Amino acid sequence: MAESNWLIEFPALDDATLRAFNRAVDDAYLAFTRTYGAAIEDAFTPLLRFMVWFEQAMLGAPWWLVIAIVAGLAWTASRGWTLVVLVVASFMAIGVMGMWEDTMRTMAMISVCTLIAIVVGIPIGILMSRSDRLKSGVVPVLDVMQTMPSFVYLIPVVMLLGLGKVPGLLAVVIYAIPPVIRLTDLGIRLVDKEVLEATDAFGASPWQRLWGVQVPLALPNIMAGINQTIMMALAMVVVASMIGVKGLGQPVLRAVTNQYFAMGVLNGLAVVLLAIIFDRVTQSYGRRMQRYRHESR
Amino acid sequence: MSPAEAGGANGANGAKIAIRDLYKIFGRAPASVLPLVRDGIGKTELLEQHGHVLGLDAITMNVREGDVHVVMGLSGSGKSTLIRHLNRLIEPTAGSIVVDGDDVLALAPPDLRAFRRHRASMVFQRFALHPHRTVLGNVGYGLRVQGLTRPQAEERARVWIDRVGLGGFEDRYPAALSGGMQQRVGLARALATDCDILLMDEAFSALDPLIRTDMQDVLLRIQGELKKTIVFITHDLDEALRIGDRIAILRDGAVIQEGTTPEIVMHPADAYIADFVKDINRARVLRVKAVMSAETNGACGPVVPAQATLEEALTFFHSDPSGRRPVHVEERGVMGSVGLPEILRAVERPNVGPSDARASAMT
Ligand SMILES: Nc1ncnc2c1ncn2[C@@H]1O[C@H](COP(=O)(O)OP(=O)(O)OP(=O)(O)O)[C@@H](O)[C@H]1O
Ligand SMILES: [Mg+2]
Repeated sequence: MAESNWLIEFPALDDATLRAFNRAVDDAYLAFTRTYGAAIEDAFTPLLRFMVWFEQAMLGAPWWLVIAIVAGLAWTASRGWTLVVLVVASFMAIGVMGMWEDTMRTMAMISVCTLIAIVVGIPIGILMSRSDRLKSGVVPVLDVMQTMPSFVYLIPVVMLLGLGKVPGLLAVVIYAIPPVIRLTDLGIRLVDKEVLEATDAFGASPWQRLWGVQVPLALPNIMAGINQTIMMALAMVVVASMIGVKGLGQPVLRAVTNQYFAMGVLNGLAVVLLAIIFDRVTQSYGRRMQRYRHESR
Repeated sequence: MSPAEAGGANGANGAKIAIRDLYKIFGRAPASVLPLVRDGIGKTELLEQHGHVLGLDAITMNVREGDVHVVMGLSGSGKSTLIRHLNRLIEPTAGSIVVDGDDVLALAPPDLRAFRRHRASMVFQRFALHPHRTVLGNVGYGLRVQGLTRPQAEERARVWIDRVGLGGFEDRYPAALSGGMQQRVGLARALATDCDILLMDEAFSALDPLIRTDMQDVLLRIQGELKKTIVFITHDLDEALRIGDRIAILRDGAVIQEGTTPEIVMHPADAYIADFVKDINRARVLRVKAVMSAETNGACGPVVPAQATLEEALTFFHSDPSGRRPVHVEERGVMGSVGLPEILRAVERPNVGPSDARASAMT
C-alpha cells in the first residue's frame, strides 16, 4: 500500500531522517561555535567598545546639543530651513513623549550599522564593478540576503555570539548591506565610457581613475544605496530588539505582547520620524553632490 | 625626403610618429583572420564570411615633427581607431608604432602611463570633460595626474584657460558651458600637459560652423607659436585644407592617398578622392608656393608672397596679365616666379588619375 501513496502525498523523507539531518547540521554548527565562538567574540570586542562608547556619548550629551548637531547636519546637507525645522520639531515631539533615551539608542545603533555597511559594502561594490565573474557570484548571495526572512538571521548569530549588541548589529548589517553593494557596483558601471577614456588618455593610474573619476561620478548612486541601507536597518529595529538590542524596538515588542496599543504606535511613530529624517538628510546630501550637473549660474 | 627633414633626433626616416603596417581587426579571434587580411580580403567579405570587422588595413604613415597631419575619411573609415592606436587606447592586431624612436607598443603599463602623461595628449569629439570638476579642475587634471600639487596645477591651468579665451570661467562646471566653450576646456586640458604631440579626434566636428572656425583660429594661433606635432582627424574637407600641412585619406581602414594639401587637391589619386575635392574653391585653398616655378629670370612687377592664395595672387596680374611675377618665400627671399597660366591651370578641375599623386606624395 505504501508504494501507491506517493501519487497523493509528496514522498518526503521520513521524520526520523529529517530529524537526524537537522540535528547533524545543528551539531556541526554548534561544534563550530564552541571552537571559534570565543575567538570571534574577541574579534568583535573593539566593535562592541565603539558601539558602547558611541551610545553612551549620545545618551550622555545634553538633549539640546544632540538636536543642534543633527539640525546642523540637516542644514549642511540641504542648505534650507525646511529640513532643519522638521528635525527640531521631530526631536522635540520625541522628547516630550518620553522616548528620548530609546531614540538615542536606536540612532546610535543605526549610525554604527550604516557606518559598517559603508565600510564593508563600498569596497565590495567596487570589486564587483571590476569583475563580471565576481558580480555573477555575489548577486545571488545578495538576493538571498534580501529575501530571507529577517528573523532567520537571528538564529545563527545568537548561537554564535549570544544575546546583546554585537549579534544584533551583525544581524542588522547582514540584512541592510545589499543596497550599498548593489548601487556602488551599478554607479561605477554607469560612469560615462568617454569620460573614462579621456581619463586613461591622460595617463591616470587605476587608483587615480577609481578615486578621482569613478567613485565621485558614482556618488549619487552610492548615496541612494546608503539611503536604502539606512531604511532597511531601521526596519530591523524591532526584530533586533528580540535579541536584546535596546532602543525603540523593545517598547514596541512589549506593546505587542501586552497589548499596549498607544505605546506601540508612539514608538512606531518615533521610528518613522527617524526614518524620515535620515532619508531627507541623506537625499538632500546626495542632491547637493550632483549640483554640478544642473548648475547654470 | 629632403636631407633637412631626415636629420634630428627622430626616427630613422625623420618622422616624429612612424606607423608601419598597422592592422586592427575587431572580433573574437583577430589573429586567425590576419593572414586573410594580409592577402587582401575586403572589409565586407571579412565581415560576412568570417564575422570580423576590419578596422585598420596595413596603415603606413609618417607624421613629421611640427606638422598638422590631417586624417580624413567618411564615417566608419577607421579614423578614430587609428588615432586611438597612437596612445594605445586600442591595441593593434599587428604592426608597429614608433614615436621619437621609441616603440610605443612595447611600453609596459607604467611606461605607457608616462607616455600618455608627458608625450601625447588628446582632444575628444564629445569633449569628455570631467563633469564633477570645474573648468580649472579639468584643465589642471593632466597636471595633477603628472604629479603636480594642486596650487602648481592650478597656476599653470589658469595660463591655458586664458590662452583659449575662457578667463573668468574658471569656477564653472562643464554643464554650464556651451559646446564651443567646453571644447576650449578640452583643448586647454590637452595643451596644459605640455606634451609635444596632440591627438585630436574630430575635435571640432560637434560644433556649429561659426564656432568651429573660431576654434580653428585658436588652434592655428597656438600652433603657430608652439609648433606641436598634431594628428587631426576630421571628415570636413574645408577644415582639413584650412589647418592641415599634410593630409592622409582613409577608406575602409586603408590609407588611399597621403600628401600635402596642394598635392591632394591637384592630383587626387582616384575618383573617391576626386569626389571629395571637386566642390572646393581651389583658388582659395591653393597657395602660390604650390604652383610657383623656381625660375626667377624674366619676373617683374610687384612681389607675390608664397603664402598668398591663388585668389589673392590674381590681383597681382591686373596691370599686366602676360608677365611673370617674382615670388617671395618667407624668411628666404625671392625664390621663384609665377605666371597667370599656372594659376589658371591649378584652379581648373582636377585631372583624376592614380598617376603622379602617390609619386609626389613620396617626395
Ligand atoms: N570596438 C569595436 N568593435 C567592433 N567594431 C568596431 C569597434 N570600434 C570600431 N569598429 C568598427 O571599425 C570601423 C572604424 O570605426 P571608427 O570608429 O574608427 O570610424 P571613424 O572613421 O572614426 O568614423 P566616425 O567618423 O563615424 O567617427 C567601423 O566599421 C566600426 O564599426
Ligand atoms: Mg570617429
